[in-house]
Amino acid sequence: MAVLVWAEHENAALKDATLSAVTAGAALGEVHLLVAGAGVGGVAQAASQIAGVAKVLQADDAAYAHGLAENVAPLIVGLMAGYDAFVAPATTTGKNIAPRVAALLDVAQVSEILSVEGPKTFTRPIYAGNAIATVESSDAKLVLTVRGTAFAKAGASGGAAVIEVVGTTGDAGLSSFVGAEIAKSERPELTSAKVIVSGGRALKDAETFAATILPLADKLGAAVGASRAAVDAGYVPNDYQVGQTGKIVAPEVYIAVGISGAIQHLAGMKDSKTIIAINKDEDAPIFQVADIGLVADLFTAVPDLVGKL
Amino acid sequence: MKLIVPIKRVLDYNVKPRVKSDGTGVDLANVKMSINPFDEIAVEEAVRLKEKGVATQVVVVSVGPAKAADVLRSALAMGADRAILVSTEDAVEPLAVAKILAAIAAEESPDLVILGKQAIDDDSNQVGQMLAALLGRPQGTFASKVEVADGAVLVTREVDGGLETVRLSLPAIITTDLRLNEPRYASLPNIMKAKSKPLATKTPGDYGVDTTPRLSVLKVAEPPVRSAGVKVADVDGLVAKLKELGVA
Repeated sequence: MAVLVWAEHENAALKDATLSAVTAGAALGEVHLLVAGAGVGGVAQAASQIAGVAKVLQADDAAYAHGLAENVAPLIVGLMAGYDAFVAPATTTGKNIAPRVAALLDVAQVSEILSVEGPKTFTRPIYAGNAIATVESSDAKLVLTVRGTAFAKAGASGGAAVIEVVGTTGDAGLSSFVGAEIAKSERPELTSAKVIVSGGRALKDAETFAATILPLADKLGAAVGASRAAVDAGYVPNDYQVGQTGKIVAPEVYIAVGISGAIQHLAGMKDSKTIIAINKDEDAPIFQVADIGLVADLFTAVPDLVGKL
Repeated sequence: MKLIVPIKRVLDYNVKPRVKSDGTGVDLANVKMSINPFDEIAVEEAVRLKEKGVATQVVVVSVGPAKAADVLRSALAMGADRAILVSTEDAVEPLAVAKILAAIAAEESPDLVILGKQAIDDDSNQVGQMLAALLGRPQGTFASKVEVADGAVLVTREVDGGLETVRLSLPAIITTDLRLNEPRYASLPNIMKAKSKPLATKTPGDYGVDTTPRLSVLKVAEPPVRSAGVKVADVDGLVAKLKELGVA
């Protein structure tokens, strides 16, 4: 089976989500990686080093600079004549593009796969991860998005793929990029961090959240996350949100501070290797999934912890 | 300006889903069903655009069982003008829903279609993008802000790194994220008024759409259970555990 995998990048560096998608694609067949963007020669070079990638398709065009679905979908659909499956990471970019491709190919997409069970059979979460469905496609071609935390990352080096420059499809003239407010941070990215410190509604306000959570994250070199309640209350921006409707994370260590453990939050972090919970309510649902729990007032426990680390 | 808002009837978000013991799906017998929360945000956004004088008419559409008329009535009570129920007791996959909506859009010629980014039952996150593809129109997915101006719409999108704004020519398709707005509660007079608003009933066949599933569900199972671990007595105990884990 020939598999075309979407490479996620920001025209400068590849994102880790790509490596998980390569692993999922390799379970189906020979992986070719599509690097579409503007000035992506460097990204294509990096992509060619990924273990398990047979070929890199480089599509360089100003119209692809911001990954607009209206412009990249025709490119992918054209290339799909030579492929049996299109695989994208289930990032906001992948989720935006893949269904547009699927509809143009008249294919039923399988979203956020957790495993490859057969050539056309996959598992995927439904009802916010409260149930896992096993589904089999009857379409001639496959369109899949891949939940990054469910697949090991392919090695970023060791490969020696050939790079082929492909013809581009230009600007569809339907949409344009206006601007972005992308948070710049010295901290690791949430979805690839080894340690995450997350805060909930109990943190009271933005100042208290920052004063309590950030020193602990700094000590541990951790990324900072938050529950939906904390985001909705305006303590932190939306891109901090961990949960079914936010980011799905699976770090080595997840520290939940003042988070009660609503189903929708658990859906975003329950695949973490070790979960640590600090909460003053000993009946909080978070303790039902935590490997290590501390029943304490976070406003004394967290500063104390920072002091002793 | 005319708006179409497709909505779905789903298991209420406060109800914990239970997997059926025979592994064929989630038990939906005798449980509370409601409008999909993301779709409710879409209805609210459309009604606000009408109240601002940007839109003149809001048409709500649902593809689903006869009981989906209830969620259409809820949307009419929030301020939508009329409703179309595409009635079928079969499960309809996102691609077929998108095809039905494309046929309705061809009849109704909306300037904007606003829909939830995903339904909280199958979590597919596909219909809006598929509809945009089938209509050959632009898509503004995961919207947290929508501004209509000069024959275009500016959509601020919630993306992994933060926010991104795109400009789409009209007609366009928008899918809503959580922070776009907070839906209103319908007042009793409006609930009463909604009962007399027009609701047309159609079938997928009326739009020439074959809803035969492309995916077969082989099994639905409970997720692996995570068991509770240990409690430490104090901060010193936690420090010791963090050292064991090699993170401190």
